[in-house]
Amino acid sequence: MTAIFKEHESDRRVTSKWWASRIAIYTALFIWMIVCLFPILWTITTSFKLAPDVMKGNLIPWWDFTPRWKGWESIGISPRLIGEVSTVREEFLKRFWNSTIISISAALLAVLLGSLAAYGLSRFSYRFGFMKNSDISFFFLSQMILPPVVLALPFLILYKSLGLLDSRIGLILLYTLMVLPIVIWIMRDQFHGIPIELEEAALVDGLGIWGAFMQIVLPIALPGMVAAFILSLVLCWNEYFFAALLTSSNASTLPVMVASQTGSQGINWWSMAALSSAAILPLVIVAIFLEKYIIKGMAAGAVK
Amino acid sequence: MNTDGDLLHTVTADNISDARKRLGKTMVWGSALLCASMAVLQAAYQAEHISIGFETWRPILYAYMLWATALCLAQVIVNGEKGKRTLFVLPAALFVVSLVIFPLLFALYISFTDWNLASPNGPQPNGLDNLYQMWNDSFYWNALKNMVYYVLAVSVEYVLAFALALLLNAQIRARKFFRVVFLLPLMLSPVAVSWMIGKSMFEVRFGPVSRLIREFGGEPTFFGNPEIARFMIMAMDAWTFIPFMMIMLLAGLQALPREVLEASKVDGASGWQSFKEIVFPLMLPVSVTAVVIRIIFKLKLADVIINVTSGGPGGATDSVTSFIFREYRDRSNVGYGTLLAMVYLVLIVIFVTLLLKLVSRWMERPA
Repeated sequence: MTAIFKEHESDRRVTSKWWASRIAIYTALFIWMIVCLFPILWTITTSFKLAPDVMKGNLIPWWDFTPRWKGWESIGISPRLIGEVSTVREEFLKRFWNSTIISISAALLAVLLGSLAAYGLSRFSYRFGFMKNSDISFFFLSQMILPPVVLALPFLILYKSLGLLDSRIGLILLYTLMVLPIVIWIMRDQFHGIPIELEEAALVDGLGIWGAFMQIVLPIALPGMVAAFILSLVLCWNEYFFAALLTSSNASTLPVMVASQTGSQGINWWSMAALSSAAILPLVIVAIFLEKYIIKGMAAGAVK
Repeated sequence: MNTDGDLLHTVTADNISDARKRLGKTMVWGSALLCASMAVLQAAYQAEHISIGFETWRPILYAYMLWATALCLAQVIVNGEKGKRTLFVLPAALFVVSLVIFPLLFALYISFTDWNLASPNGPQPNGLDNLYQMWNDSFYWNALKNMVYYVLAVSVEYVLAFALALLLNAQIRARKFFRVVFLLPLMLSPVAVSWMIGKSMFEVRFGPVSRLIREFGGEPTFFGNPEIARFMIMAMDAWTFIPFMMIMLLAGLQALPREVLEASKVDGASGWQSFKEIVFPLMLPVSVTAVVIRIIFKLKLADVIINVTSGGPGGATDSVTSFIFREYRDRSNVGYGTLLAMVYLVLIVIFVTLLLKLVSRWMERPA
């Protein structure tokens, strides 16, 4: 029966049109997939190449070139060097550790301050002088348009007199400031989605407002906080401008290390590639496993 | 929204004794006095009026933090239940005020001095000299002009991001896989991107793209020609940030009311018609949010430029931020650099305010 219907002229046209749209959609998807993945693939494969492979433009490992650990040896990470003492590896690990500590603490601090502020603004009405709730919200969110370059030079001088130049704390404070508006933006949206009746019930049952916040609201808002945390983490990990200006030898982060290596002419491609891969891999892993939260964080506030 | 009264009502039965109020006030004023007197003494020490003092200003920072903590605690001590509510917002507000307002005021002062970190004299106020210098600085105006181009490039990014969001929203297999892959560029640091793409893939001799172009008989130049170099910077920035808009638009697409789309299908609208008449108008609010946020991010563009071209060739790719960065890095010209940054801030504030005004007026009367 069905076969007879599908034979009809107009039905055929529909199926062929459907196939055409399928092919178009998948072609577009694959083209963009290559655009997204090729640079990453290129960097990772280059880190295993030797000079002749780079010059000949060999691309596929084991097929047109043999992977070597040369690039990774230049930052002291390879099966051969892993047991030995290596100064380059220590240098790299120090930067890596700085990046980790700074971005995690800044993101934590921002989520802490930002969630509290967002909760307060979504539940109570304040008056600080002439500023009402909407003004306070606007004050926080307007920090987003503040370009880093305006703060950079005053901070350079302030930090110099405070003895905070080239210290992790200094960067943590600045990064917290940088991501705070984004955290407040996400968390305000999250708290608006939580029904007030829950807290009212908790208050009736004898909890204070902070008790209700800690025991009732916080567990519900946790996924949103994780989303805000991860988004902040990504922004802090990748930040370059402040780190380049305010740190030198002690507290500088991975992006600064990568940038200082690119500056020199005639740099070995394989070692640059290894360094870049090492700098991007943590976040690539985060993206693959925690993609849900990143998308949740960015979608919050976009859709009302 | 909550113009009068709290959304979450609390009954306050506070009986705060006078002694408690006094304690709170003493805490705040005492710590403020401590902080202020330490600051005055330190300033006197720095100006060599007195001989004892601290090596750096850091103890004053600690005193300031003590004052901030005392202020927060005093809210609860003096105001009781109402203070507990204030305590939600106060830490963040204090944090932002002390890290933004003070440095901004300080920046305003520096920007009217001839401070050069390399000179031994320290800051000397020089009136409007910096402004005159800026007026005649063709590189600064050039950087501002480039910013206009960079911001205009957002429109192309928007079209691409919308197309990708539509693709991801279509009925496809392995949607999650494609979503992760499309998200990846956003995760990469601009510095790494500038090496991965700018300095290696588009390297003129051995880069894979140059090789491809030679294969087709072309002669690759990427960062020698001003127009192409600017385009390359735009492309790299777009590559990193298209996922950002894409995700926001995708969230908007998934929140569209399904009934409306089905009704249009029943009424016989073709794919293009239903996009033009239904999807796009319904997506306008989300689109505007995404574009405005993207523009705000775009105005901070610097990392890629600093690392790939450092503004060259001949300032063709310079953004304001990268220009000021070099003004500081190469010439230690803090006073002049800060003035340029402050002017940029004023321009941005005007531009973004106008943009938001225009958008809100336009949104009230959708076409």
